[in-house]
Amino acid sequence: MSISSMRVAIVVFPGSNCDRDMMVGIEQLTGRRPSLIWHKEATLDPVDLAIIPGGFSFGDYLRCGALAARSPVIDAVMDHAARGGAVMGICNGFQILLETGMLPGVLVQNAGLNYVCRNTAIKVQETVSSPFTANLEVGSDLVMPVAHNEGNYFASDEELARLDDNGQIAFRYAESDIYGPANPNGAAKDIAGIVSTNGRVMGMMPHPERAISKELGGVDGATLLQGCLEALAS
Amino acid sequence: MQVIVNISLKEGVLDPQGRATARSLGDLGFAEVDDVRVGKRIVLEINETDPARINQRVARMCETLLSNTVIEEYEIEIPDGQ
Repeated sequence: MSISSMRVAIVVFPGSNCDRDMMVGIEQLTGRRPSLIWHKEATLDPVDLAIIPGGFSFGDYLRCGALAARSPVIDAVMDHAARGGAVMGICNGFQILLETGMLPGVLVQNAGLNYVCRNTAIKVQETVSSPFTANLEVGSDLVMPVAHNEGNYFASDEELARLDDNGQIAFRYAESDIYGPANPNGAAKDIAGIVSTNGRVMGMMPHPERAISKELGGVDGATLLQGCLEALAS
Repeated sequence: MQVIVNISLKEGVLDPQGRATARSLGDLGFAEVDDVRVGKRIVLEINETDPARINQRVARMCETLLSNTVIEEYEIEIPDGQ
């Protein structure tokens, strides 16, 4: 199979704002427009990849991602994941995945108390077999922006040790001469992204969909998305 | 029936908001403040009068939505005199 046959769905909540960027990014790679699924839908047509995009779902009310995680569409996404389907959550999408319990831990307010919006370098880690890292070189750096106020990954010491032992840490913030100090938000173990124990669900704070063209500052996000689509297609 | 849910961060969980508030109180001359923890108070109006049932239902609300038990703990309070 080639990546042009990949079926991708992007879930949309009130307050999502990276759904269209992600749609453009995926379409640029596959030539096929992903379907946008409104959060009130209770079912998901068969897809190869379900994406929960960034934004401020439900205005970040109560806790970031808390209300979105209880939307009807999330049951459909969880069913898809339970069948071994791939799920990717970016930024607010990562917060939502944690609130559903599909991934462990929680994202709390940035340690520096400020909203952080800048390019970061993230280092690809050795993980459990996963479509999200399969085509990326372990130890290589990818540059893409973060834009968040609650990106400070937190979990109990036991959970953090488990993530490490299981190979669930996919990306860590890396030191970079150009992009400044490594960790932008105080995240435990410099965690920028993690995968589920079976590698099929991935959440990350940085925005690959905002790094898909040279004119807009870089293509490392496209590299990540393409690698993932190719892994799912093979 | 009015029911109050107090949500606070578990011990050991970093509270950047509380820390910033403590620092500001110190700057304002309240030198006696050692630490501040910021929490949430949620007031529910509930169509139910049996305290045992209220406690059970509201605990479930806390577990499923109102709190994130990874970092938060909750306390249910039913004010007297209702």
